[in-house]
Amino acid sequence: MSFLHLDGITKTFGATTVVKGFDFSVGQGEFISFLGPSGCGKTTVLRMIAGFETPSSGQITIAGQDVTALPANRRRIGMVFQAYALFPNMTARENVAFGLRIAGLPRREREARVEEMLALIRLGHLAERYPYQMSGGQQQRVALARALAPRPQLLLLDEPLSALDAKIRVGLREDIRAIQRALGITTVFVTHDQEEALSISDRVVVMHEGRADQIGTPAEIYNRPQTRFVAGFVGHLNTFEASWAGEAGVAFAGHHLPGPPALRGLAPGTPVTVALRPEALALQRRAPDDMPISGRVLDVSFLGSVIRARVEVQGRTVSFDMFNQAGAAMPPVGAQTELWFSGSDLLVLPE
Amino acid sequence: MRRFPLFASLVALLCAAFFLVPLAATVNFSLRMRRGEISLDAYASVFRDDTFLSVLGFSALASLAAIALGALLVVPTAYWVRLRLPGLRPLTEFLSLMPLIIPPVVLVFGYVRIYGTASVLPLTMSEAGTNLLLVIGYTVLSLPYMYRAVDNGMAAIDIATLTEAAESLGASRLRTIATVIFPNVRSAIMSGAFLTFSISLGEFVITSLLNRPAFGPYLVQMGQDYAYQPAALAIMAFAFTWACMALMDFFATRKPGQGLLPFLRRKSP
Repeated sequence: MSFLHLDGITKTFGATTVVKGFDFSVGQGEFISFLGPSGCGKTTVLRMIAGFETPSSGQITIAGQDVTALPANRRRIGMVFQAYALFPNMTARENVAFGLRIAGLPRREREARVEEMLALIRLGHLAERYPYQMSGGQQQRVALARALAPRPQLLLLDEPLSALDAKIRVGLREDIRAIQRALGITTVFVTHDQEEALSISDRVVVMHEGRADQIGTPAEIYNRPQTRFVAGFVGHLNTFEASWAGEAGVAFAGHHLPGPPALRGLAPGTPVTVALRPEALALQRRAPDDMPISGRVLDVSFLGSVIRARVEVQGRTVSFDMFNQAGAAMPPVGAQTELWFSGSDLLVLPE
Repeated sequence: MRRFPLFASLVALLCAAFFLVPLAATVNFSLRMRRGEISLDAYASVFRDDTFLSVLGFSALASLAAIALGALLVVPTAYWVRLRLPGLRPLTEFLSLMPLIIPPVVLVFGYVRIYGTASVLPLTMSEAGTNLLLVIGYTVLSLPYMYRAVDNGMAAIDIATLTEAAESLGASRLRTIATVIFPNVRSAIMSGAFLTFSISLGEFVITSLLNRPAFGPYLVQMGQDYAYQPAALAIMAFAFTWACMALMDFFATRKPGQGLLPFLRRKSP
């Protein structure tokens, strides 16, 4: 049974429609990410769930209750903001206690809950610090504790990691996921960072121009993009021209490969675009039915765990990734090489 | 080696002299009441006068009332305009600057005509009413400074996000203003308050035309009747204003949790 349900949500600001007919359901305890470029409407959807914006049309239901017209302060939602938004006049402890104070919790219970929350984010030793005395990562932890303290029915995270530096970002990301799992709280996370979205979510909603382009597990989103936008936005993609050969499937690189059923109606000879992820290519044949394309190495960059080469194939530049393993060696720049791929890794992009 | 900035120094010295010479002369003069020697007789004479203390008390009270009224008017307005009606900002800024354009004498004549004997609301007919009018007048005079200070204070914190954070935690609008917004613009309100205080305390035009027993008219009266005491009064008023400025600076730069006297507290860990 869905816990949070968005039904035909549309939002217009003046003449521009930022969210168009958005339908979506979130199950109890699920961790959902809204992923998309800036201006795709993901933050607007989150703000409508929080109650900071009112949908122009549509309905929002939380735990069976229609909250579309309910003011933000009565929705029992915990929210974490990109800019932390801790109250500057209060210590970490007072910040965490704020929601409990509003709820009118007796002093003893309140203090116990605050201690519990500060222990959860491992900042008990900084309880008496003011926001300006803490680092960004610490402030965001306190903000998370503050949002969780009044036991909200839903946790909303609005790009909470975007203002932090890379190392802290990864650490806090893992903490957020661990805390979310431990508490079993239904969570919606907004981000423009695909790595963030793919790494911590149960399901990802890729948003584009106010619509949900694709909803699926991180693996589905990455491996089987449903639209050209999703394919291009999530991960790196090498695209190639191919053509539809009717019953034989897709003609590409001198082979015929089975195409998706959606293409069945096309006339033979219609050009289609196919794509391969950089990691789907290899220097050696890995399986008997692998197929080669050949090209010339343009340059090689060393990225630590991965070595990435750019190879010119049929006049196009193709990226190709290889793990930095013992015995692995990239061909020298300028050399001709064959790149092998499996037919099952080939993505046929919808037009 | 850099050359000594002769011209700049001369200009600075000239400007300083313009300000400091009359001040030094007034100080000097205020100490000459007893013929042939330096004494504080003029100051003692001022403090012996009962009227001095009563007018100072009256002015201080009226100024405090003006501060309270100004803060109650300006804080919610500036908050609401920033949060919900950003399109109205040019208008509120223009309105807040009006008192600098309209001379106080015009303002008070307007008051006397509108709230005079023939008015629906004849405030000038009673002492309490006139006092109220005085406080309103002071509030209007200090509006530009109060509004600017509070608006700048709000610009320094992200009031929109703080409001949303408080709301998502269940706080009502009123509670948000009282527990989150107000404490965070308190230092700004304090600077506005000290400016209001220093303007209102020695205000003459409105006070005199409403015939209130306040400090400004007293100062003028003393100037007509005595020689040495007005100089002493002027120096004291001047020192008082500077003290206000120092307090303003102190409150404006104070961080939360520092307490009233940060230098007396142990350093936080």
